[in-house]
Amino acid sequence: MNWHHVRTVAKTDLRQLIGAKDFWIPMAILGSMFFLVIPAVLLVSITSLGEVEAVAQISQAIEVLPSTAQEQIVGDTSAGRTSYALAVFLFAPVAIVVPLTISTAVGSSTIVGERERGTGEFLAHSPAGAKEIYMGKLLASFVPGYATTLVGFGAYSLLVNTVVGPEVGGWFFPTAQWWALMLWVMPPFLALTLSLVLRLSGRVKSTAAAHQASGLVTLPLIGVAYSQSTGALFGAGVSSLWIGLVAWVIALVSLNRGMKSISRGRLLGVAIDT
Amino acid sequence: MQAETTHAPTPSAPNPAPEFKRPEAPDDQAKAGQGLAVAVHNVHRSFGDVKALNDLTIEVPEGRITVLLGPNGAGKTTAIRTITGALAPHEGHVRVFGLDPIVEGENVRSRCGIVSAKPALYDRLSGWHNLEYAAELYEVHDDQEAKIRSAAARFGIEHALDQPVGGFSTGMKTRLALARSVLHEPELLLFDEPTSGLDPESAQAVLSLIREMTANGSTVVMCTHHLAEAEGLADRIVMLEAGRDLIAGEPAHLTERYWPQATLTMTAEEENSLEPARNLPGVLSFTDQSPTTAELKLDDFVRVPDLVAALTAEGVRLTSVEPFQPSLEDLYFAVRKEARDNNEIGEIQEQGVAQ
Repeated sequence: MNWHHVRTVAKTDLRQLIGAKDFWIPMAILGSMFFLVIPAVLLVSITSLGEVEAVAQISQAIEVLPSTAQEQIVGDTSAGRTSYALAVFLFAPVAIVVPLTISTAVGSSTIVGERERGTGEFLAHSPAGAKEIYMGKLLASFVPGYATTLVGFGAYSLLVNTVVGPEVGGWFFPTAQWWALMLWVMPPFLALTLSLVLRLSGRVKSTAAAHQASGLVTLPLIGVAYSQSTGALFGAGVSSLWIGLVAWVIALVSLNRGMKSISRGRLLGVAIDT
Repeated sequence: MQAETTHAPTPSAPNPAPEFKRPEAPDDQAKAGQGLAVAVHNVHRSFGDVKALNDLTIEVPEGRITVLLGPNGAGKTTAIRTITGALAPHEGHVRVFGLDPIVEGENVRSRCGIVSAKPALYDRLSGWHNLEYAAELYEVHDDQEAKIRSAAARFGIEHALDQPVGGFSTGMKTRLALARSVLHEPELLLFDEPTSGLDPESAQAVLSLIREMTANGSTVVMCTHHLAEAEGLADRIVMLEAGRDLIAGEPAHLTERYWPQATLTMTAEEENSLEPARNLPGVLSFTDQSPTTAELKLDDFVRVPDLVAALTAEGVRLTSVEPFQPSLEDLYFAVRKEARDNNEIGEIQEQGVAQ
């Protein structure tokens, strides 16, 4: 594997994305909605409402959480405990939905897009190997989703600590489970999803078909990732490690199969019919 | 069809017998000791039930311009794709500089420069970034910036390098694609209809640039269905039809094979006054085309002055004497006609062919 070729393909795809305002403006809006706007509305409402009936009812819902999760919750008031629980447990899926949505949007059109624009001809005749092109495109799809999530995660941490911190005795976020989720659990789910999406992108005949097909593939994966990431947050530290490890193994197998499925013919569009 | 309307004199039975099928041995240049940059031998490539290449053989001598000539769907693009290893042949073998492009693809492709029928440029990137992308993929690390500027300047596109390619005209895109193809100083240049979509002036400029490229020893393979483009440019032509090579060789040698005798058309003022030419020395055949016009086949063009003098002495008032110089177009249609007469084209087409 020539990593210079991989980096070159990824860099060029990212350069095109950065130049595409019609892509990154909706992407930024999506990230800020999930990481800032919705959490801010919820958390500010709860902390400013104080000890009212509605907050008390939400607080009771905390009791349905697993004991390992309940033990982690801090705060002296029901508003504090409720907002802590929401901040730490409720928004876990956000960390999965946002990168998967963004990266899938990029990845689904990446190979079929080369073919539709005719640039697949250039890549197919270039010295870059098919595996290198595949890895470059996977990286170029991975980075926007993951980068948005990391930036969103930073903004979310700031928001949570600013709004909920005073209620629970100071800054507390990110917790150890969130670090594990962001750095260990989420990346393999993203890689796994992209390995499938890129294979689809090489097989379908149009970008529209790629979007449709990748939607079908990613929805169940989002469901699985949602449940596993929530479980990782609820459980003790070891569970995150195991969930991440299994996800990495599956992702690496899928990446390996994905690399083998991409050929120069697929960049040219001729392999579809043969 | 133009084939039926062409007024080229009927070719004589080529002498020696027409080499309608591909030559078994390398062409004259290769025989003379010049190496082959590309050797495509008996290659078959299908897409589903459709045969795109059907026992294709092409030999490209180093340092020359070889033109693949054929109608749309003849297999020119697929041939180029098999040469770079972008497509693997189902049968037969391909060698580029002695290397198998399927086994040693990176090595082969890094020595090739390509311009495809569509320029295959990234519209959202600037001209500079398109060239930089190629420079990185082809690992042009030393003096990269200078080489990008130099390639752009060579094709007169340096003024537009900062602009997004999406706003380029077709001519500018072709020039940028040409600049990209030479950036890494390839030994083999493959141009697939490089003048497609260009106005005549731009097309002529591109062809001149292609001619210049062989000055530094590069080998050029160009696909076209425009006969006028190949005329004067091709050192060697390979005529393709339905995924198969019909004939290959140097244009002059091929026309000599199809028109081995000097042919000229004479016109006189008075009807039937050209009859005395029939028996003059060196005249091999005499065919009336009209009461005042005749086509003559001579053993050599050096006979023409004596012929004219003899007729004038006989009182014939000649109004025109036109030697026939067969063009590539004449050759093209003669070859196709012969192939059709031999049922070769029909046979190939029945097997189903695509690009």
